[in-house]
Amino acid sequence: MLGKLLDQLQAVGRSGTAAIEAIGRGTLLLKNSLFWGGPGSAGFYDLLKQIYSVGVRSLIIIVVAGFFVGMVLGLQGYNILIDFGSEAALGTMVSLTLLRELGPVVTALLFAGRAGSALTAEIGLMKATEQLSAMEMMGVDPFKRVITPRLWAGIISMPILALLFSTVGIWGGAFVAVDMLGIDDGAYWGNMQASVEFYEDVVKGIIKSVAFGVVVTWIAVYQGYDSVPTSEGIGKATTQTVVISSLAVLGLDFVLTAVMLGGV
Amino acid sequence: MRMRYIEITVGAFMVMGIVALVLMAFRVSGLSLQDAGDTYTIKARFENLGGLTERAKVSMSGVTIGRVTKVYLDPEWYSAVVEMEISKSMSTLTKDTSAAILTAGLLGEKYIGLTVGAEDEYLQTGDWIEDTQSALVLEELIGRFLFNKAEEG
Repeated sequence: MLGKLLDQLQAVGRSGTAAIEAIGRGTLLLKNSLFWGGPGSAGFYDLLKQIYSVGVRSLIIIVVAGFFVGMVLGLQGYNILIDFGSEAALGTMVSLTLLRELGPVVTALLFAGRAGSALTAEIGLMKATEQLSAMEMMGVDPFKRVITPRLWAGIISMPILALLFSTVGIWGGAFVAVDMLGIDDGAYWGNMQASVEFYEDVVKGIIKSVAFGVVVTWIAVYQGYDSVPTSEGIGKATTQTVVISSLAVLGLDFVLTAVMLGGV
Repeated sequence: MRMRYIEITVGAFMVMGIVALVLMAFRVSGLSLQDAGDTYTIKARFENLGGLTERAKVSMSGVTIGRVTKVYLDPEWYSAVVEMEISKSMSTLTKDTSAAILTAGLLGEKYIGLTVGAEDEYLQTGDWIEDTQSALVLEELIGRFLFNKAEEG
């Protein structure tokens, strides 16, 4: 009886130390790969290539998703606000929802699924085929060569994608509200301009999306680098990337909102 | 050739990001370039703010000319003090300007409405607005109405 209890306690302790070790390895990876320089460090063109594969190729999903989210917000908001006779506030509602919350968060979730998983699989496969070890043999630092440009590509791409998501969403909302539901054009944009603040809403949304970009790409490259170098291990690491970074984004979103809006 | 394609698309991606930021700044948040910096601060004492908060608008004839920067309670007078910054382009507010706390619409946000007076001297940085009118608190209004009714009946 006691032995069984101790076994369970040991299992809890093991998972606890494993989690702490993983955090430690992740932090070391971030420390080793955040800055440029060193033998065989990646150049500017590597960064460009990564921005292309991480950012540019995520563009279509982000823009289409943003447009539909904006249209749905316009439609749903209209049906709620019409009951109070305040459908003129629709532009305010759509733009604040997108800028403060949905833009950064939905973009980060899509980004984790579209780009994060690809990063993990790519790096995991590099590890499985011993390309990373080969680099070390040649005296090239795989952190600087492989991880650094991918990390920075994610950090740079995420805020741009989130901004595009919000922009397209606001225009999608305008399309539904003004062109389909017949809300006055001036009311939609005028009320929006009156209540959206550049620093309070736009800049804080950008800060959020940069934070999400760091978290999602960091988790993605770490999962790839730390994966078990088998086909099963890479599959598991890819799933882990999407699950962990989605949860991290949602959790971090609450913390950042609480800090920036205050009140907690 | 491949590199050229990547460079062009990444360049377009970055430009799109900047265009989105500019659209956000000017079209969505209505930012204008000249209102930064050029402001002066005046103060006013109110009996009851009724929900007026920092960053609320200060307007004259419905046009926004400034913002509330600070709200605090004066422990000596037991009354609320509001500091507001007014755009330098509206530097000709007379000394006897009056301030009232108004509500945008029936349930909307609170803001300060200024009405200009007739004196020759103008308000300077740090000056007080003497003539103020507190926020309309619905409960007090109803209470007074009921009290009057009771006295009549």
